[in-house]
Amino acid sequence: MQSNTYDAIVVGSGISGGWAAKELSERGLQVLWLERGKNVEHIRDYVNATRGPWEYPHRGGRTVAMEEAYPVLRRDYPLNEKNLDWWASDQDSPYTEIRRFDWFRGYQVGGRSLLWGRQSYRLSDFDFEANARDGIAIDWPIRYADVAPWYDHVERFAGISGSRENMAQLPDGRFQPAMALNCGEEIVASRLPNAFDGQRRLIPGRVANLTEALPGRAPCQYRNACWLGCPYGAYFSTQASTLPAAMATGRTRLVPFSIVTEIVYDRDRRRATGVRVLDAVSERWTEYSAPIVFLCASALNSTWILMRSATDVWPGGLGSSSGELGHNLMDHHFRVGAEGALEEPGLDGQYYYGRRPTGFYIPRYRNLFGDRRPYLRGFGYQGSASREGWQRAVGELGIGGAFKDAMAEPGPWRIGATAFGEMLPAHSNRLGIDASRTDKWGLPVLKIDCGLGENELAMRADMMNDMAETLEAAGVRDVRTFEADYAPGMGIHEMGTARMGRDPATSVLNEWNQVWDAPNVFVTDGACMTSAACQNPSLTYMALTARAVDHAVAELNRRNL
Amino acid sequence: MAREAKALSAELMSRREAMIRIGALMGGTMVGAQALLSGCATQDARPANELFSAADVAYLDEIAETILPETGTPGAKAAGVGAFMTVMVADTYRADEQAVFMRGLETMNEECLAQHGVSFMAATAAQRTALLERLDREQFDYMRNRRPGAPVHYFRMLKELTLQGYFTSEIGYTEAMRYIEAPGRFDPCVPYSPGDRIFAPHA
Repeated sequence: MQSNTYDAIVVGSGISGGWAAKELSERGLQVLWLERGKNVEHIRDYVNATRGPWEYPHRGGRTVAMEEAYPVLRRDYPLNEKNLDWWASDQDSPYTEIRRFDWFRGYQVGGRSLLWGRQSYRLSDFDFEANARDGIAIDWPIRYADVAPWYDHVERFAGISGSRENMAQLPDGRFQPAMALNCGEEIVASRLPNAFDGQRRLIPGRVANLTEALPGRAPCQYRNACWLGCPYGAYFSTQASTLPAAMATGRTRLVPFSIVTEIVYDRDRRRATGVRVLDAVSERWTEYSAPIVFLCASALNSTWILMRSATDVWPGGLGSSSGELGHNLMDHHFRVGAEGALEEPGLDGQYYYGRRPTGFYIPRYRNLFGDRRPYLRGFGYQGSASREGWQRAVGELGIGGAFKDAMAEPGPWRIGATAFGEMLPAHSNRLGIDASRTDKWGLPVLKIDCGLGENELAMRADMMNDMAETLEAAGVRDVRTFEADYAPGMGIHEMGTARMGRDPATSVLNEWNQVWDAPNVFVTDGACMTSAACQNPSLTYMALTARAVDHAVAELNRRNL
Repeated sequence: MAREAKALSAELMSRREAMIRIGALMGGTMVGAQALLSGCATQDARPANELFSAADVAYLDEIAETILPETGTPGAKAAGVGAFMTVMVADTYRADEQAVFMRGLETMNEECLAQHGVSFMAATAAQRTALLERLDREQFDYMRNRRPGAPVHYFRMLKELTLQGYFTSEIGYTEAMRYIEAPGRFDPCVPYSPGDRIFAPHA
């Protein structure tokens, strides 16, 4: 019989939860690590990782039956034949959309760390100071200097490949060697310093794929099959990285199929005492106790747990005394940009070898360094150059042997990018609990009410036109802009809803990610974000989690928790 | 032609790869569930064994082989494209699209009779090629001028499925293209000579 009392409880096993379990157990704590979904064992359970792409009946695509079973997932690329087991079931776990919100979830050990895009960028003080400078929402309680050593710490362990660029808005990190730009990208990169006062720079995407081995992990083999799980452990995931470290301590117990339904709160001591858990298979209830709890269940689910906790004291749940719990939901808005043809002399004689699991990045330049636009904040671009594949044949005229052989050769070079824009925190973008509707386990579901504001809509015009202007300035021909359908959530960067701040009257968490109303509860996933910046956020969750653990253990030792 | 999705998002490479695939095919307008965000009713769609006979598979194989014949590399028939088409039409096409496809198979045979005086299966390779070249021009012009919401031309469906079925088959990956399961390194610039085949994608 296992004891139900631990030194710490970690809820969730994705990117943030993995870091919490690793750091807590390495500091000597006995850690109970809870995951709502099934186990996925490193390598052994990557069942499609080395399967030939031709082995799928629909070649990886989607069927009508799949679309009917996944009414949300079908809205974008995640509905596919290759790794569908790693995307949460819309039918088992429904939610209510007051306005459309695309929520793509990963309910298994490793969470979305198995599936993520791996782009890894630091925030800078332009981001941490933004709210205060603009008079938007509330100020972050921290600055870059508070997080910088923790970015160092997590980058070294996770393994981030990237180039040093000395850009104030995108601080350099502890990088492994970058994955190079290809010939086509290099041409555009080389021309941008002579345009736009050198403010627009095209650099290799910084990505959590190894270019040098780390203990137990091989460097990237350039298969670009990351989202099937990597048998080489070459990209950062819970399984490849934080889980082995947490288990190596001998102090971590991982329990899959454990749905945490609330934090148990002692109103007299003003502390959490543990969590209540529903076994997803047996549907039995268990209570676990620990002096500290880390909520890393993903932004929306961590907030759902808080909303269901301590409701005898605060009807809106633990952390709701500020009036901000569940509010200020953010994502990155994207799917807008431009692309065109690279028709450079000699480039037809160039190709590339290997499937690089990243592209290029153009860091933010708007509303920085004296630039002023009729909106706040900015955006970065992610894209790539490549030679067209056989798919171009569908729209071309032709049949027969010569046509077939021509289409088996790479086509013309093209280059393009999509912008990822910052979304301002808005009190009206919010979560609630829909008591009228339950999930497979009889638990009330979330309702989500979120939309883009005027600032985002104004920014999108630049997000589209700037890319066309940038490509044209670099000599790209036949440039076309695009704007595809975007709904909040599609970025899969859910942030906010339990923000950090300096004042318990206006924030849910303090500067150490502690819930003001229960300082032994830490929330270190996307829920904690006070603003969204425009950089991909996961690296920041890693750093904030490691930083919060350091503080938690120090406070525990000082007997302050 | 809609190339817009092609450039989307290096952020999640699988996302980018998916958009590249769909985006390029949007030049030919993906049909059925493969077209993202399609929202038609689907209840009347029929399974493969109700839609297609063994003779139909043979007919589809010959159509595919005419579009992508054996050259220095195997053709579409060797890659099993006929059977692939039946799976895709049954599982990923909506009822209205299935109807266009099935009617198109009959239409094509009638066109062959009208043009050559023989059925497609009885026609020579040269007769088949002449027919499909004419139908390819017909669908190409039709698709360029198609009103939004109007049905896709049946021969565009056949051509798209043939290309997809061939190039994503094992023969397509490993013989028509160069498939290296684990390249082991990334060379950002390597010399390319005409005739060198595509390095095939993964994931």
